Amino acid sequence: MSPPVDSPSDISHSQDGSRERPIRRLRFSTAGKTGIAVILFWSAMVLVGPWIAPYHEAEFLDEALFIVPGLDDPYPATDFQPPGAVAWLGTDYLGRDTLSRLLYGARTTIGISLIATLLAYLIGITLGIAAAAGGRVLDSSLSRLNDAVLSMPTIMLGLVVISAYGSSLPVLIALTSVIYASSVFRIARAFGLDIMVSDFVDAARVRGEGLGWIIRHEVLPGMILPMASDFGLRFVYIILFLSGLSFLGLGVQPPQSDWGGMVRENLAGLPYGAIAPLVPALAIATLTVAINLVVDDISAHHGGKLAGEII
Amino acid sequence: MLIRAVLHRIATGLVTLVVVSVLIFLGTSVLPGDVASIILGQMATPESLAALRSTLGLDQPAYLRYFMWLGDLLSGDLGISKAGSGAGTGGTPISEMIAPRLANTVHLAGAVALIAVPLSLGLGLAAAARAGTRLDRSITLTTLGLVSVPEFLVATALVLVVAVYLGWLPATAYVSGTETGTALLKALALPTLTLVVVASSQIIRMTRASVLNVMSSPYIEMAVLKGLPRRRIVLRHALPNAVGPIVNVIALNLAYLVSGVVIVETIFAYPGLAKLMVDAVQTRDLPLVQACAMIFCSAYIVLVFIADLASILSNPRLRYPR
Amino acid sequence: MAALLEIEKLVVNATGGADYPAPVIQGVSLQLEAGEVLALIGESGSGKTTLALSALGYAKPGLEFRAGEVRLNGDDILAMAPDEKRSLRGQRVAYLAQSAAAAFNPALRIGAQVTEASVLHGQLSQAEADRRAADLYRALGLPDPDHLGRRYPHQVSGGQLQRLMAAMALCTRPDLLVLDEPTTALDVTTQIEVLKAFKDVIRQEGAAALYVTHDLSVVAQIADRIAVLYAGEIKEYGSVDEILHRPKHRYTRQLIDAVRPPPDTALGPLEAKDAEQDVPALEVTNLTAGYGRKQASGQLLKVLRDVHIRVERGHTLGVIGESGCGKSTLARVISGLLPAMQGEVRLKDEPLEPSLRQRERRQLQEIQFVFQMADNALNPHQRVDQLLGRPLEFYFGLSGDAKKQRIAELLHMVELPPEFSGRYPEELSGGQKQRINLARALAASPEILLCDEVISALDTIIGASIIRLLKRLRQQTGVAFVFISHDLSAVASFADDIAVLYAGQVVEQGPARRVLAPPYHPYTRLLIASVPELDSSWLERTLALRETRASIDQAVEITDRGCPFYRRCPVAIAGTCDRETPPSHTLDQGYTIVCHRSEAELRRGSFS
Repeated sequence: MSPPVDSPSDISHSQDGSRERPIRRLRFSTAGKTGIAVILFWSAMVLVGPWIAPYHEAEFLDEALFIVPGLDDPYPATDFQPPGAVAWLGTDYLGRDTLSRLLYGARTTIGISLIATLLAYLIGITLGIAAAAGGRVLDSSLSRLNDAVLSMPTIMLGLVVISAYGSSLPVLIALTSVIYASSVFRIARAFGLDIMVSDFVDAARVRGEGLGWIIRHEVLPGMILPMASDFGLRFVYIILFLSGLSFLGLGVQPPQSDWGGMVRENLAGLPYGAIAPLVPALAIATLTVAINLVVDDISAHHGGKLAGEII
Repeated sequence: MLIRAVLHRIATGLVTLVVVSVLIFLGTSVLPGDVASIILGQMATPESLAALRSTLGLDQPAYLRYFMWLGDLLSGDLGISKAGSGAGTGGTPISEMIAPRLANTVHLAGAVALIAVPLSLGLGLAAAARAGTRLDRSITLTTLGLVSVPEFLVATALVLVVAVYLGWLPATAYVSGTETGTALLKALALPTLTLVVVASSQIIRMTRASVLNVMSSPYIEMAVLKGLPRRRIVLRHALPNAVGPIVNVIALNLAYLVSGVVIVETIFAYPGLAKLMVDAVQTRDLPLVQACAMIFCSAYIVLVFIADLASILSNPRLRYPR
Repeated sequence: MAALLEIEKLVVNATGGADYPAPVIQGVSLQLEAGEVLALIGESGSGKTTLALSALGYAKPGLEFRAGEVRLNGDDILAMAPDEKRSLRGQRVAYLAQSAAAAFNPALRIGAQVTEASVLHGQLSQAEADRRAADLYRALGLPDPDHLGRRYPHQVSGGQLQRLMAAMALCTRPDLLVLDEPTTALDVTTQIEVLKAFKDVIRQEGAAALYVTHDLSVVAQIADRIAVLYAGEIKEYGSVDEILHRPKHRYTRQLIDAVRPPPDTALGPLEAKDAEQDVPALEVTNLTAGYGRKQASGQLLKVLRDVHIRVERGHTLGVIGESGCGKSTLARVISGLLPAMQGEVRLKDEPLEPSLRQRERRQLQEIQFVFQMADNALNPHQRVDQLLGRPLEFYFGLSGDAKKQRIAELLHMVELPPEFSGRYPEELSGGQKQRINLARALAASPEILLCDEVISALDTIIGASIIRLLKRLRQQTGVAFVFISHDLSAVASFADDIAVLYAGQVVEQGPARRVLAPPYHPYTRLLIASVPELDSSWLERTLALRETRASIDQAVEITDRGCPFYRRCPVAIAGTCDRETPPSHTLDQGYTIVCHRSEAELRRGSFS
């Protein structure tokens, strides 16, 4: 029997170093990579969509475009046309090009959702850390307030506020960010409390560090990665929420095109098999599913702590 | 200890209800002029506005109006629909408008719960028991897809396939109240199916996650090393510990039906409470919005309370203190 | 006759792939005769649990059997179909897990879990199994054997649960028991009774056992033979006597050296008391502290009660006590993390504010805290140079090259190479992390280091190397230590003075060589008697003493009246010890015992 190679007690650093662990790197599954590709595609569309769209979002397509040679119909219908060479994804209830409206709408839907998510994060994280680090009184008053907001279904809160203030972009963004800030608050506070009681924060306090330094150097860095996957989930919920409101006619108002609204305005075509309501709904789905696939990979990487979060 | 925990939950639930009523009231009533000017519309003159405000009690301070509103609510008087939701309904007592709509929504939600809960528990448990197999992977992927798409996609896709291409069912679900038997079933079928799909996906995923979470604990490894069959491990050792979380998931998702119901009733033009509320929001009929919101939020709070109760009751530490 | 268990050229691999290239078990062979107890000893990561579990045909998630055979009475376990494995597990081979608290299902009654396997495998009817379980409870010395099965796991104590797990394993009369560190999580005074119960019941049932542990002295009590495992290979294999007294392999010798404190240091330096050292580095007087949680009585929970301690300059005070005795709370109060309710902490005769927020930066700098778990004490998002650099910046305003050079010095002080400054804690082993943890405290050039259980999370050999490092640092820097531990031999080998803490009160205090020699406080005597020795007759010897027997199954209670040790004390005086606060006998300058018994009585009652 041969002696162990890195036998303990030779020199002390090799002694403790016999089992160094490699850092785990984030790897994406095939599903995750597909998700990233879809997200990149839609991000590109947000940037360049209106320039590559074949028509303007509000442009009614000319009847002349739909005249089929050989068929004796000088005034063909332009609404709810099936996909074809003129309109790749067909036309909507007013005879506008669905593809063009989809490309213009990407900017509204994704843009507003992103702004609302960022705002929700700003509010939620600030208050969450304040609650975690600011002592018992501040924590319990913020938490009670938050519980109240969370104790209503989001859509109810949305309907109540819109019934009072009407629907406009500022109202929508403010409403959405406040509603979702409450979930961000809950998670940020939980992570914050977790970190605040850890020994390394105690070590900093014993050293005499101020609260500000502790928050910046000890608390925030530990929250970034786990909160990143939550950001993805929250973004998905916000897209779904805002599209839902638009679908109910209470979100983004015409003539601005947005995906939820496009489903609503074309619903009348559904019984006749028009795909105009289906296309924007599918567009939302591709984006939200893609984000979820990426989030799944990230949260599997750090132990899936957030996989159970729903509200 | 157990009784204290239950009483504590009841108290919390009641406080939450009060807080929610304040939020709803604040959300809709902080702008005192609004209802009066909506009712009078363009015919409003300063005098007529003031007169209407005092008849409606709008010139009272907000907290007094809140207590008046709450008092009426508690005595079953939901108020009068002030702006009216369409021609001829202005001035109708809200309770009369709500009653038939509420019944319709309860039918729909009841049907969904009856189907979705056993279905998703079964699938969730099956996926957890066979974690990693093809069955599990297909259930996981399908439900992941379904929870991340909007409800109206599920609805429109179902309409296109079932109603338009296959022609089995009507594309809308208008119920006048006189339908019985097959007609009623047919009308309810597509909305129910949509909601079942939406609600089940979430319950399946979280049932699976809670059971798997329990399945990774040392006492399950112990059960494996005692030579117990898989069935017994899942049903006798894992399930009792997963009951708390699972009941929570079910309650939360039935509560989550609230938003699903709003969308689905709109798509299928189903005359339920949610459709009434959306219409009321569009016409800014604030008293009606308040009443509907209170009903939905109370249902939500009651469900959450039941879930809390179930997880307390399933915890032996609370049932049998040291 | 063929052996009961034969393991032949077993190889177990991680399924993970590239991240963990080395096999966990690399071609191990061993044999176990019927009725024999074989100990598998090794450090964490040596593969001892993996090897033991192979006797059940079980590999933990993430591991897989790659090659070799495991035969029980000639049947190849690894080749068995799932059904056959099921009837093997729990019936012919039974498993005892490390933590009974985690291995018992919280939602099911104890009795149902103990009898489940024998009923399900069709051995016994439920009624027969219940009777068998009650017999086992009796044999294991558990209280109220006829009704114990009706309880839930959370309703019994940790030591009892550990024995209940033995009942669960033995209920089916298995041929082979696999015990995975079954006493590691217990306090020393609880460990004896559990160990004794295991030993007796294994003899009585005639079962063979694989006993997995990292603790050689525990092995000495219970095993017939020992296999020493290192990095997935058996390095040495032989009878207990051979291994303990004639170890051949270098690694085995290191294990043994790490256990036995060298006798000369055990009693501490003789010149420990210099009369002219009148101003102590740290003095704590009249200290009472606790947490805001209210007890059932409506009073605040007091974790420490009227504590006095004194640390001379450059000396080490060892604070010893079992879990929950308040020793970590003491460190938190001294550091100011937990403001005291009453009493005073003096640093070089200068009173300190209770809360660290009111203390001056210089005072903070002079008292440094080394936390128990380096894993949790080092922020995983900071590199070693950031971790060590911050106190240098903060206290001394160092930056640039000066800081870099000081960091290299600090790394050198804790025997780590300078290139470690660029690493993250995740890239360090447990012992290395603890060294960085120490280096960070040293960066403040403190007067006093508070070390809270700094070696308890480490393997024996690495723990011993940290103690050696601490001794060197004490010599080099002249820093004074408050060394808090539950491990008496670690304290004995390092401390000049010792304070024995029980239920929040100091029961004995003085120079190490006085505290560790008669006369003893009855609790100190119990503690000393409970520390296992590397001698197979120790368990019987120590249980022959009435003080160890007397403590069985008595829970620690924090009391307002009388002596906290009253209920476990073999020499308690009823009517006095439970009512009146015990007096403090000063037997010598700086040596006190707090007890109602007189010095003469304590001397007489002493043993050895």
